[in-house]
Amino acid sequence: MANVLTFRPEGIYCPAGDFYIDPWRPVDRALITHGHSDHARPGHARYLATHAALPVMQHRLGEITAEGIGFGETRRIGAASVSFHPAGHLPGSAQIRVEVGGEVWVVSGDYKTTPDGLCEPFEPVRCHAFITECTFGLPVFKWRPQNEVAAEVNAWWAANAAAGRVSILGAYALGKAQRLLHMIDADIGPILTHGAVEATNAVLRRQGYPLPDTRHVAPDLNPKDYPGALVIAPPSALGASWARRFGTRSTGFASGWMRLRGVRRRRAADRGFVLSDHADWEGLHQAIRATGAEKIFATHGYTEIFARWLNSAGWDAEVVPTEFGGEEDEVVDSPGEQAPAS
Amino acid sequence: MKDFAALFTAIDQTTRTTAKTKALAGFFAEAEEADKLWTIALFSGRRPKRAVTTTQLREWAAEEAGVPLWLLEESYPIVGDLAETIALLLPPATRHDDAPLSYWINELRSLAALDIETRKARILDAWDRLDETERFLFNKLITGGFRIGVSQKLMTRALAQATGQQEAVLAHKLMGGWDPAETSYHALIEAEDPGADESRPYPFYLAYQLDDPPERLGAPEDWQAEWKWDGIRGQLILRGGSHHLWSRGEELITGRFPELARAVDFLPPGTVLDGEIVTWDGSQPMSFSTLQPRIGRKTVPKKLLKEAPVILLAYDLLEADGADLRDAPLRDRRARLDALLAGLPPDAPLRASPRITFDAWQTLADTRAAARDMRAEGVMLKRLDSPYLSGRKKGDWWKWKLDPLTVDAVMIYAQQGHGRRANLFTDFTFAVWNGNDLVPFTKAYSGLTDAEFTQITSWVRKNTLQRFGPVRQVRPEHVFEIAFEGIHASPRHKSGIALRFPRMSRWRQDKPVQEANTLDHLQQMLATYGT
Repeated sequence: MANVLTFRPEGIYCPAGDFYIDPWRPVDRALITHGHSDHARPGHARYLATHAALPVMQHRLGEITAEGIGFGETRRIGAASVSFHPAGHLPGSAQIRVEVGGEVWVVSGDYKTTPDGLCEPFEPVRCHAFITECTFGLPVFKWRPQNEVAAEVNAWWAANAAAGRVSILGAYALGKAQRLLHMIDADIGPILTHGAVEATNAVLRRQGYPLPDTRHVAPDLNPKDYPGALVIAPPSALGASWARRFGTRSTGFASGWMRLRGVRRRRAADRGFVLSDHADWEGLHQAIRATGAEKIFATHGYTEIFARWLNSAGWDAEVVPTEFGGEEDEVVDSPGEQAPAS
Repeated sequence: MKDFAALFTAIDQTTRTTAKTKALAGFFAEAEEADKLWTIALFSGRRPKRAVTTTQLREWAAEEAGVPLWLLEESYPIVGDLAETIALLLPPATRHDDAPLSYWINELRSLAALDIETRKARILDAWDRLDETERFLFNKLITGGFRIGVSQKLMTRALAQATGQQEAVLAHKLMGGWDPAETSYHALIEAEDPGADESRPYPFYLAYQLDDPPERLGAPEDWQAEWKWDGIRGQLILRGGSHHLWSRGEELITGRFPELARAVDFLPPGTVLDGEIVTWDGSQPMSFSTLQPRIGRKTVPKKLLKEAPVILLAYDLLEADGADLRDAPLRDRRARLDALLAGLPPDAPLRASPRITFDAWQTLADTRAAARDMRAEGVMLKRLDSPYLSGRKKGDWWKWKLDPLTVDAVMIYAQQGHGRRANLFTDFTFAVWNGNDLVPFTKAYSGLTDAEFTQITSWVRKNTLQRFGPVRQVRPEHVFEIAFEGIHASPRHKSGIALRFPRMSRWRQDKPVQEANTLDHLQQMLATYGT
């Protein structure tokens, strides 16, 4: 099998097209799967991402030299043909397909296989080699249907509202926050947002993604004017003085990690909702099977265990030697970390 | 199990003690007697006899889930709890029923009489009838260690709220060797004087750590000082001609320390002593490392009895002539204790833990500085007019420990934590210099803040040199101050030394790696403080 992609200290590299995919060190040409900071890093000379992903990237990275591409559109870069296909992770997120001399490799980026109603749903892409994330690549990770989790969140919010408590839900500012906004029952009460969440909402609204009305918690906002409100804020704001303005409150946190009781307790939130924008164990298998790939590379997550399992189950799998820091949306989140200014 | 699972969920969904107590009190008010009794039992560290081994449980669960056993084993440390790992792995139940907690406990108890294939069939059947939370609790009943954020103290408080009885009275009723399979809720909780079990201990009174200067405690003459021994806290009960020894963890450890059997020859029945079990060389305690081999053994070989004999250094008298003395002031209890032990021969397995005389706090501070020479960890301060309370209560009893020993060491290996810390690197191996080599000498897991663990986790990911399964060798770049309570020689370790209670006391980001301590330095510490 020809090496369409190789692994360099800068990141995943395509020699035929002389470009990188989601590189972690500054390079000349970067193809970016989505806007989370562990995938879209600053400092590259040229960026290429989907039209749908670009506005958030520009909002987060500032002045960058960037080109957009439509989902499914093929572009020639050197001797390689590349195209972007929905990954279902968050609005605009893509898998990147690279074809060189008839050999096809796909980089999954982050993905989930079940539709959430807001972002472009995951599309399997046939390939010879599939570089897959495996953030939740253990059989203990199984997600329940989104409507069941939505019902749990709604019930928690409604009960808090009835008891005169504000509900504060911790969720990452890009992706999880908007998915929650889209899936909850906005008729229960007013919805307030932390500045970091609201800034992303504004970008996505301009792109036409349907989000319910929200009100930014500006310094002059009086929480008493919004009884029974649901507040959506980055996780780091929950324990910070920022949250104190809401008085009597119940805190919740939505993440795939909430599946584990130990992590749930470390978060010290009142409620943990098991909701992830990554594929669960079954989802990873569905995606891998649908690619028809004979070679699998595991990255981001429980890579060694997942690759060992795939090998034992008949695939040819290995681990991508990656350098990466904390993953923005799922891996490390610190109560000590400062909340972005509201 | 539904009601018990709802109770668990209510407790698990809050971090507030008052909310937990309320949920538990509500359960005690509503549940049937058998469920109440077992709930009390579970939250006071009792559980049904183990019907299947955890090895069998793992094998059956992996088979049911359709994954190889190794994959379950890999998932377990990440989840942090075997009962939970299995509950999360199993396919969804196909049936459901509303049998109460006590039904499932009786089901487990009945397994003991069955052959292994039948046991397996019954466990699989149970898994198929319980939802995820119920399964987790069912598995917990088998694997033991029912720790779900409810202390015995919190449970006792909830029971007090539900029954209107006093917390201290209930705490005493719940002490000792009662077995939920042999008693009833009525006999244990409601009956006037429930059987006056001769082995039943009093709840231990626990001291707080003194962080403020002792001057804040007021006048020295109001206080008693004694050594804080590095042994095992024990309560020795002499009643009706026999003796019982309880550990602080409420474990009956009478058989492990046969030396104390002779206490009945020296002291009258109706005597209860609180003190420290230490190994004794004839004139002073030996190091804790000599006591360690005795803790785990239910029967003690003669050689060990000879090499590491124990005595009880008694510091309180809780019962004399069959009367409960706990409400009397310490000065009276102590006077009676001294009188009781005064005439004992030197080879008796009992001694009064000596009082340290002092007239000024500074004098005591000087004495305390020499605690290591006495094989003590520091001093205890007890208010002379204090009653013997139950549990950890602030104000009357303080432990004033020596500052720990420290060494600056280099982090060389890192491993992810589990449970609460599943996605962080928290388990580290540290080394000191031996010439140009780094020699590993200890592991440490605690002492950093969550923010520091997050920072080091991100660093470990970027600075991994090599992986050995879950262990990552990292660039030797970071120096940590390791604090510990004791040091001793250990041929099992490459460095030749072992530490007691090592933890990270400081991340020395100011210190270059070349300036970490050396093996020579550790060996000097071993010579000075070692045992």
